[in-house]
Amino acid sequence: MSETPATERAADLRAVTVGIGDGAAGFGHERGGGVDLATQDMVLNIGPQHPATHGVLRLRLTLDGERIVTCEPIVGYMHRGVEKLFEVRDYRQIIVLANRHDWLSAFGNELGVVMAVERMLGMEVPVRAIWIRTLLAELNRVLNHLMFMGSYPIELGAITPIFYAFRERETIQQVMEEVSGGRMHYMFNRVGGLKEDLPAGWLGRTSAAVAAVRSRLPQIEDLVFGNEIFRARTVGVGVLSPELIHAYGVSGPIARASGVDLDLRRDDPYLAYQELLDDGVLRIVTRSAGDCFARFDVLLEQVKVSLDVADACLTRLHELPQGPVNVRLPKILKAPEGSTYAWTENPLGINGYYLVSRGEKTPWRLKLRTASFNNISVLPQLLEGRVVADMVAILGSMFFVVGDVDK
Amino acid sequence: MTRLGSGLLAGLKVTWRNLVRRSVTQHYPDVKPELPPRSRGVIALQEENCTVCMLCARECPAWCIHIDSHKEVTPAEVEGGRDRSHNMLDRFAIDFSLCMYCSICIEVCPFDALHWSPEFEYAEHDITDLVHEKDRLREWMWTVPPPPALDPAGEEPKEIKAAEIAAAKRAAPPPPVDPAGPQ
Amino acid sequence: MNYPSVHLAAEPSLDAFGTDNGWVIALKALLVFVFLVVFTLFNIWFERRVVARMQHRIGPNVNGPFGLLQSLADGVKLALKEDIIPKSADKVVYVVAPALSVIPAFIAWAVIPLGPVVTIPFTDIRTPLQLTDLPVGVLYILAVTSIGVYGIVLAGWSSGSTYALLGSLRSSAQVISYEVAMGLSFVTVFMYAGTMSMSGIVEAQAQNVWFILPLLPSFVIYAISMVGETNRAPFDLAEAEGELVGGFHTEYSSLKFALFFLAEYINLVTVSALAATLFLGGWRAPYPLSLWDGANEGYWPVLWFVGKCLAFIFFFIWLRGTLPRMRYDQFMKLGWKVLIPVSLVWIFGVSIVRVIQNEGGVDQQTLLIIAGVIVALLLASAFIPEKKPADEPAEPAGDFDAFAGGYPVPPMPGQRLPDPVVTVPADASQDQPRSDARDLDAPTNEEQSRG
Repeated sequence: MSETPATERAADLRAVTVGIGDGAAGFGHERGGGVDLATQDMVLNIGPQHPATHGVLRLRLTLDGERIVTCEPIVGYMHRGVEKLFEVRDYRQIIVLANRHDWLSAFGNELGVVMAVERMLGMEVPVRAIWIRTLLAELNRVLNHLMFMGSYPIELGAITPIFYAFRERETIQQVMEEVSGGRMHYMFNRVGGLKEDLPAGWLGRTSAAVAAVRSRLPQIEDLVFGNEIFRARTVGVGVLSPELIHAYGVSGPIARASGVDLDLRRDDPYLAYQELLDDGVLRIVTRSAGDCFARFDVLLEQVKVSLDVADACLTRLHELPQGPVNVRLPKILKAPEGSTYAWTENPLGINGYYLVSRGEKTPWRLKLRTASFNNISVLPQLLEGRVVADMVAILGSMFFVVGDVDK
Repeated sequence: MTRLGSGLLAGLKVTWRNLVRRSVTQHYPDVKPELPPRSRGVIALQEENCTVCMLCARECPAWCIHIDSHKEVTPAEVEGGRDRSHNMLDRFAIDFSLCMYCSICIEVCPFDALHWSPEFEYAEHDITDLVHEKDRLREWMWTVPPPPALDPAGEEPKEIKAAEIAAAKRAAPPPPVDPAGPQ
Repeated sequence: MNYPSVHLAAEPSLDAFGTDNGWVIALKALLVFVFLVVFTLFNIWFERRVVARMQHRIGPNVNGPFGLLQSLADGVKLALKEDIIPKSADKVVYVVAPALSVIPAFIAWAVIPLGPVVTIPFTDIRTPLQLTDLPVGVLYILAVTSIGVYGIVLAGWSSGSTYALLGSLRSSAQVISYEVAMGLSFVTVFMYAGTMSMSGIVEAQAQNVWFILPLLPSFVIYAISMVGETNRAPFDLAEAEGELVGGFHTEYSSLKFALFFLAEYINLVTVSALAATLFLGGWRAPYPLSLWDGANEGYWPVLWFVGKCLAFIFFFIWLRGTLPRMRYDQFMKLGWKVLIPVSLVWIFGVSIVRVIQNEGGVDQQTLLIIAGVIVALLLASAFIPEKKPADEPAEPAGDFDAFAGGYPVPPMPGQRLPDPVVTVPADASQDQPRSDARDLDAPTNEEQSRG
């Protein structure tokens, strides 16, 4: 009559049980188990130069065969000290730097800075500017997501979707370039509004671009989404639990794919999002599975929602009465003494600026909270115990920009 | 996933459809792209407008504008008047290896001496060759397109308003007195 | 497809081989070599153009007519690049490996029939358009191409790089598994053809129908395993540029890299040629063309043969342009749990049918019924892996009981030991080893020992 649970017995035996390779993982030994049966672990550096890291992220993996024993993300290869640089720039110059840390969501990055300063100044932004900002922010979101919808399949070995994604990106980038002059670093926000008004006929061209992207999106969907190999590679791989998300401060589409329903567009509405939400145009996309497939699914769905939101903004801009898109600023713009925290729902997650001002024309401190940094921190939790091929699938599905990690 | 392989077939269909369609590639060196007027290709300098106020050089977040100047004094035209001094531009160079294409210099220029041109073909083999002096910047001025018309719902630009007032003034009958007044 | 006996007279049988004089052999060997190199250059261009079109691009179109000389230019560029040998590389093996990879790729072509017996222009010498043939020609190809894998394995091992090592390990496992499926898919062909010589198989298809029709499942299995065999997408795990950078050839540059590249493309042509020979009637003209009497005479068959190969290569490219890469373990699962069992069942079915046919005892209807049952079984087995992945994530539920079998076993991947319970009895605390030893040798005493 053995009353002792087997689990306890196992715990007792831990000190002498010999395991080989993987099997030894749970026994609290040095890796590889007993002396005679030791298998040597291999250290594999993914990066800083590696096709899967889109830049200079470095993952130091310890491998047992192809299985990852430990993973240590090493960041900072692209650290540019942007927070320190902010301190010696005036607010217009900060916009230049701020739109570069996450180079795929430049408009969203600019937005946080100007919103912080506007809030400090108690500045009222013209209504046309608000709607144009919303429109551009959503187009920027589409651009960002399309990039990852193209690059994720390429990490899984499908070489074609990225070209389709880039065709759509090009369509939208053309209208973005027409309005702002830039294709990635728009530099179109100013404190109090936007740099200049829209060119005549731009609204129509943007509607056409949005419609074109929407009509061609099924191609990417057909090519990737239903593919059995793609599903086999992603479904059930890299499941991120809501607890881990809360623990690591993961946000954005990745968090929503695990059912953590946080979207600042709804939960702390800025720009015109409250109205769009009330109209039912803005839907918050969530999934519960939390695996790579759910993350990709959220991205795809968000593109569709963003295109709808962009359409709603365009209709609204047609209806709005004539009005300015910016306010006249003093020659030297100084934020009053105090501090504020402005956060926005950037395409990749929560992007926040903590602005402390001593009443000078430069901030005393401008703390930058980027989405990718937190999203990458959770990687070791996801990667340990997976195989190298899954590493690529998981890493790619964490949707990060190295500049956003390293700041 | 209804049937095994249906996803694969859908994918194969997509690639096949694209195979038989026209490509979207731009034939760049043969066909030049049409860029919108706001495109930030290169900064052109209207040298005649520059007063060496140094605003652009000071505001540039990358400190990539180099300006040298000297003062020239025009002696007073009338006896007892003051001598007038002018800033003469000696050097105006933009280091495009540092430039972040943020367009702050163009925005701050009070005399419209700087403009964006969509011209982009000025790559060099050596990074130091990317410092372009004022004669090159002046050349680019010829490629600057007129600004696009603005959206009708937008506020009228203040330049147009000012021009309209001026035009109205000119169209109105000249004031009866003081015909030799300052114009 | 019945051919009049006049044509059969021109068939190469094994008697036609081994009679060539020295310079004819040398000429044919040289021509095979030139054909392969030129065809490789063409294939690289073809692949780039087709993939480009699938990605709504144009592809190389500048060098030469339609950009045809692009691969030549790339080859010259590769040859002129700096040849790097890593410090940690095993130099001899590192240098030998590319040659080991490329030479078997070439010599496999010794037995591939490109056409019927022809007259060499300006002479009276008649010779088959095939370097030579063996009674076991197909086995020869299988044997030779598997030597090429050594090149890949050794290249990865000798590079002294972790990426390359992983790539070569994957490659060896991949080739071993798929070699089996590939070999099994040939067995039914041998049964139908009654020979293993390449020219004999072509001849057998001339008298019968193309083997793709009666042996469709074999063809499908072969088509899948030939992609795996050549390390091509979606089974390019050994290179996996997103994961392993370049896989086994990560550290290779210049001409050595070019040799691997060449070997890969020749293997591509080899498996295509093999497929064309075994299942699509070899060099014989396809149906509407075969109505023309001269279609299977002279040098025309080379054209049909190259066309058939190109069709396969197009299929390869199409797959590469569409599909993501499979994961290593899924790929192994496909090979061992789907392709090989299906092959075995199919071989079993075919051999029954053959025996019945040879005995001549059963009428057409019964045969059809049997065939229908086998097809149904195959279809059913093809659906099994669909459910598999969905069930898998549920596995690691529950704690792992190391003593379930009566003696301690380590957990499998995915299983997890329960968290250690740190309750140390006061009396046994300084005496840990002894109590453990007691536990081990006498599991029945353990409640006693725990107090």
